[in-house]
Amino acid sequence: MKYVDEYRDGALAKTLAGKIAREADPGRRYHLMEFCGGHTHAISRYGLADLLPRNVEMVHGPGCPVCVLPIGRIDNAIELARDRGVILCTYADTMRVPASKGLSLMKAKAAGADIRMVYSCADALKIARDNPSREVVFFAIGFETTTPPTALAILEAARQGLANFSVFCNHVLTPAAITHILESPEVRDLGLVPLDGFIGPAHVSTVIGSAPYDYFAEEYRKPVVIAGFEPLDVMQAILMLVRQLNEGRAEVENEFTRAVTPQGNEKAKALVADVFELRRSFEWRGLGEVPYSALAIKQRFAAFDAEARYGIVYRPVPDHKACECGAILRGVKKPADCKVFGIVCTPENPIGSCMVSSEGACAAHYTYGRYKVGSDPGKVGSDSTFGDRNPGR
Amino acid sequence: MTKGQEKVESDPTFRRRGAYVRPIDFRNGRVDMTHGSGGRAMAQLIDELFAAAFDNEWLRQGNDGARVNPPPGRLVVATDCHVITPLFFPGGDIGALSVHGTINDVAVMGATPLWLAAGFVLEEGFPLADLKRIVHSMAGAAREAGVPIVTGDTKVVEKGKGDGVFITTTGVGVVADGVDLSGDRARPGDRVIVSGTMGDHGVAIMSLRENLTFETTIESDTAALHGLTAAMLAAAPDLRVMRDPTRGGLATTLNEIARQSQVGFVIDEAAIPLKSEVEAACEFLGLDPLYVANEGKLVAVCAAADADHLLAAMRAHPLGRGAGIIGEVIEDRHHFVQMDTRFGGRRIVDWLAGEQLPRIC
Repeated sequence: MKYVDEYRDGALAKTLAGKIAREADPGRRYHLMEFCGGHTHAISRYGLADLLPRNVEMVHGPGCPVCVLPIGRIDNAIELARDRGVILCTYADTMRVPASKGLSLMKAKAAGADIRMVYSCADALKIARDNPSREVVFFAIGFETTTPPTALAILEAARQGLANFSVFCNHVLTPAAITHILESPEVRDLGLVPLDGFIGPAHVSTVIGSAPYDYFAEEYRKPVVIAGFEPLDVMQAILMLVRQLNEGRAEVENEFTRAVTPQGNEKAKALVADVFELRRSFEWRGLGEVPYSALAIKQRFAAFDAEARYGIVYRPVPDHKACECGAILRGVKKPADCKVFGIVCTPENPIGSCMVSSEGACAAHYTYGRYKVGSDPGKVGSDSTFGDRNPGR
Repeated sequence: MTKGQEKVESDPTFRRRGAYVRPIDFRNGRVDMTHGSGGRAMAQLIDELFAAAFDNEWLRQGNDGARVNPPPGRLVVATDCHVITPLFFPGGDIGALSVHGTINDVAVMGATPLWLAAGFVLEEGFPLADLKRIVHSMAGAAREAGVPIVTGDTKVVEKGKGDGVFITTTGVGVVADGVDLSGDRARPGDRVIVSGTMGDHGVAIMSLRENLTFETTIESDTAALHGLTAAMLAAAPDLRVMRDPTRGGLATTLNEIARQSQVGFVIDEAAIPLKSEVEAACEFLGLDPLYVANEGKLVAVCAAADADHLLAAMRAHPLGRGAGIIGEVIEDRHHFVQMDTRFGGRRIVDWLAGEQLPRIC
């Protein structure tokens, strides 16, 4: 595949792996957080961890849009579809996220709620146009990447006077989440989570640019390398981070220059600014309430705001007691540290959100990497975890 | 005069009244409840459409079932329901698919398929023109494969209780002595061969989904594989396992065999045949081609010593031209399917979680 295979070249990967191995100082450890689920997925899918020396360790971050969606918000969406009789349009990943009372959007759909999977919010607009007698709500989730299309859909609905269309907005912001992780007591005071540097988001950065990360480099002295989602991008970014750390630098570097500029996509940013405003606070699954970390629809577009239209009341719901998604999303624990991982919590029957999306740390580890559990003494979890488990359904 | 009219007009009730029997309107007509009620309308539909299209000695007898004389040997019976949407797709339709699917299930058991039975669930309001097209496609596929549809059934459900047409086909075949194909016979050291490119059918279907429509030249690979399987068995009579990787694709099939045989697999990503269009479509849809359905491909496991001449025999057959050895069986108490990636790492190719896309076969 042209323009893709170039970034998946195994020979180049070996060369990069050799450089990383040569340059990584055997006397220290490198804890690098990939913020984005896209990177988590690439690392697992291409087996990147196999190519890294043992002292270079990847820590999964909270950048999986489905994973950080709190249970209460999914409950709200289910109520909209089930009790208010709307057509709820959602991205497919959200369908299986466990909500309260053993429900999920998938189960609500099976019970008769009109829930439809869409590939983009433009599809939701079309459904609204095609069903003028029904109310249609788009369940908007995601980081800065999915926000501009939602803004465009709202502007388009306003232009067309689509009175039966609204958006249940759950868009969240990357920089706020990174700040929150760096400010968490586990990182800042206790030193429980050693974090030496970040691989910065790929697609998010095409929108917001590289400038917003300058603050982390300056304020927290953590190097950031923005990288694409292809495996060679990730390898190159790891090498760049190792070099920065070896040289005592903490800068924002851009590996993904083919798509990311310092200022990002001005048009997209303007669209977002036109339609959305900052929320004072928003609950993230795993991170709790994070100030100024999410967007709400501006008053001017209140007619298209499902929260206003249906008087949605948010009720926080605690995670399942045994679920470690919170700690995993903060980088404090790894999937294999969770007691229910791979036993009670599997992709077929997820307990926590990290097991749902293919970008979730647990799902990625379960799907691509669990044969290694126990083979690495540096990782918790024993081989017997799987010895008794039927690998089938 | 059509055969159907002959039959209806030979009915004494009709003769007495001298009634005119209106031919079925295959241009603008629709299925209605009378087509499944057991009355004359049903008889007329069966005679004019199904019996006429599938015509063979068993259907001509007009009995409730077909009495067949099986040759000596063990019989294989397989059944398959077809609920695909859309009903017509590039490279085929539900009719041809329902014939190929069941023939393939019989063939990968190492059997020569002999007869098919077909059950139709029609939804009230379904256009008769579409039904005719589907039935003729089925008849053509059965004729081309040399496997007659010897008995069948038709039911009609009310509008909203079906999705146009569902077709269930059952196949019967016979296995020659000495052939022993089973999913539990893969042994460490055996080789894994696929008969051609993976994922063509699933991507062709996806390109037509209402919310996904994209332009593509990819066609479904739907085909009857019994000619290929016969050639393979002639080349390697001790073939261990054959399976057609339909729903869930190659990944699911290998996981099934791994579990049944209590072994593991290691496959080589670079060796898996893929059309670049399929790879590109999967890339932008976020799908993994290893999980995408095929309807005219098979996976075989054979002893290492058989691999080369089996591969040569497959490549000599038109439906096996793109065949390739993609990996081997290993000992693994976890029964994992692992893959060496083109990138140089190794990962698990797990069971599919959830569903990649609904209703593709």
